[in-house]
Amino acid sequence: MPATNSADGTALVAGLTESQLHELYYALVRVRAAEERLELLHKQGHIGGGVYRSLGQEAGSVGAAYALDRRSDGTGDIIAQTVRACGALFLMGGEPLDFFRQYLARATGPTGGKEANVHWVDYRRGLVGPVSPLGTMVGVMAGITLSFRLKQEPRVGLVFAGDGATSTGAWHEGLNFAAVQRCPMVLMVEANQWAFSTPTRKNTRLESFTQKAAGYGLHAESVDGTDVLDVYEGTKRAVDRARAGEGAGMVEMRYYRLKGHAQHDNQEYVDPAELKAWEERDPIKRFGERLLSEGWATQKTLGALKARAEVEVSIAAEQAVGEPIPDGVQALDAVYTDRGAKTPWTRLETPDPIQA
Amino acid sequence: MGGKPDSVTKTERREPVTLLEAISEGLFEEMERDERVFLMGEDIGVYGGAFKVTRGFLDHFGEERVIDTPISEGGFTGAAAGAAHMGLRPVVEMQFMDFISPAYDVITNYIATSLYRGSGPLPLVIRGPVGGGNRGGPFHSQNVEMAFFHTPGLKIVYPSTAYDAKGLVKAAIRDDNPVIIEEHKGLYRAPFLREVLPEDDYIVPLGKANVVREGSGLTVVTYGMMVHRSVEAAEVLHQEDGFEVEVLDLRTLSPLDDEAIVESVKKTGRLLVVHEDTRTGGIAGEIAMRVSEKAFEWLDAPMLRVTAIDAPVPYAGALEDYFLPQIEDIVTAARYLAAY
Ligand SMILES: Cc1ncc(C[n+]2csc(CCOP(=O)(O)OP(=O)(O)O)c2C)c(N)n1
Ligand SMILES: [Mg+2]
Repeated sequence: MPATNSADGTALVAGLTESQLHELYYALVRVRAAEERLELLHKQGHIGGGVYRSLGQEAGSVGAAYALDRRSDGTGDIIAQTVRACGALFLMGGEPLDFFRQYLARATGPTGGKEANVHWVDYRRGLVGPVSPLGTMVGVMAGITLSFRLKQEPRVGLVFAGDGATSTGAWHEGLNFAAVQRCPMVLMVEANQWAFSTPTRKNTRLESFTQKAAGYGLHAESVDGTDVLDVYEGTKRAVDRARAGEGAGMVEMRYYRLKGHAQHDNQEYVDPAELKAWEERDPIKRFGERLLSEGWATQKTLGALKARAEVEVSIAAEQAVGEPIPDGVQALDAVYTDRGAKTPWTRLETPDPIQA
Repeated sequence: MGGKPDSVTKTERREPVTLLEAISEGLFEEMERDERVFLMGEDIGVYGGAFKVTRGFLDHFGEERVIDTPISEGGFTGAAAGAAHMGLRPVVEMQFMDFISPAYDVITNYIATSLYRGSGPLPLVIRGPVGGGNRGGPFHSQNVEMAFFHTPGLKIVYPSTAYDAKGLVKAAIRDDNPVIIEEHKGLYRAPFLREVLPEDDYIVPLGKANVVREGSGLTVVTYGMMVHRSVEAAEVLHQEDGFEVEVLDLRTLSPLDDEAIVESVKKTGRLLVVHEDTRTGGIAGEIAMRVSEKAFEWLDAPMLRVTAIDAPVPYAGALEDYFLPQIEDIVTAARYLAAY
């Protein structure tokens, strides 16, 4: 099903055509360009809240989302993204423009400045608006995909969650629910080896998170998260199983968080040699080299894709910067379906507590 | 073991400390004084905590007393209860108090009821950053007091100055009841709160409010960040209206210092409660009811409140500023009451 999004041609690898491989490369360089731009905007003082990168993890989010049936009419597959799954967010159709608007808290953004970063919803494109408490989205996705099963829709949901999030109760309860209810859900474990400053060994005794899947009777596999094709194939197998009614699954993406937890974290606690070794496995560099060495792309093509991504990102960033911030009173809107919060009585033209 | 980290020796060196450093000193001194005291939380060891409250503690006290936990608020808070049963005095950190929610079950159902069920007292402390104004959005800005205020058996502390923060942390650790300490992120490093603290081993008793500004026209009962906004508002009212506002900093929310509240209201005849927390179900309601019960005859005006609006905490600066109570709101409310 996923291959339908691209031009025809013969499959070169993993069932993907040349133009699909180029599309993947484009998705990778675009997320990197967007985050680099974000970092710059942060340094220039445009951003009030936290700024997160997915450096080194781009192949995970891009490869995973590429295995989905991506549509924009609300009938396709669905994801719950994280800040490290920005590549998936864009592939599903989330716009870089909205990404910048969210971080810049623009009135024009999908949450009108009420929420930050990748926390936004677009059910038509298959995006669920995540929350910060870790693990919470697993249960939510279990329910979304339960509804797919109950309504007999051939749809699948991917929920991304970090390796640290696997320690939360919500993660376990949600996953077990999905397993028991045979929900067409795939849990993508973002095993980047850190949870903020805490190394994986302090979050689990296990060698692999796939062992947790076994505890719930789930199918699971581990993929090389720096290899976009490996992620794509592994996710596709899990997604195909889920779509075929074989129940929930898990894919563990093994890679490394190459930046600090967020901009404010200089990751002093990371062993520089280990970091260096993982930097060598930069997913974009790896995929680019593969494309070249197999003759699936020329240097010129890759350069052009990167340039196109940079232009797209740049236009989006500049547009967002120029857009307005919300009006304070909009803070009152949409607390309930049928009413908002009340204007504080002290701010009425004639202050009157009876109006409170 | 490493020596004392610089961040906890400022008082010894007679240097001013921030509210954050005051908390660090309080924790550190209690750990030195009582070896049953130990810490648990996410990223508190090597990293020293998301806000660096426990920077250097791991080197000094070692891994057995500074435990980096999995991301399992429910689990490690439960573990704190168990350790407290066995005679230890755990202090757990919530990385942001917004994430205390997974521990709600164990705190309200287990910890708060322990003594009453005959399982013995639970001397443990749960502390962490709260509050808005930092563009943290809905999950890094909440005030959580009222989620726990309703539960008998829990004490809740919310300091507004460096002096109080240190003294309250120490008192909380020595208290035999479970105590939740809310630390406002916007006060952690606020330069205007730097002060040189006494060198002695002082505590600030739980349950005692503090008159931070005396006045005869109106009592403002408040706590946390809003103490400072209220004091600023009081200054405006003094300058512009010659109206004198008394500002009472609760310091402890549970148990409430009824006596101090009532005493001040009897003096001024007017009450305004100011809290950063949202309006409905905020502590103002409880305070007003107590004053109604105990000092109704002394009131010259309705009891009013200035609070955040009833909404989640929004991310955008303009929205968050609108959401939060501002100095002008306090001034307006005070003027309304003065004219009543
Ligand atoms: C329940 C809960 N506790 C604490 C936090 C604070 N926090 C935010 S991100 C983070 C680390 C997350 O690590 P991981 O799940 O591995 O994701 P990564 O950042 O590595 O992608 C923590 C502790 C939170 N968001 N939710
Ligand atoms: Mg991680």
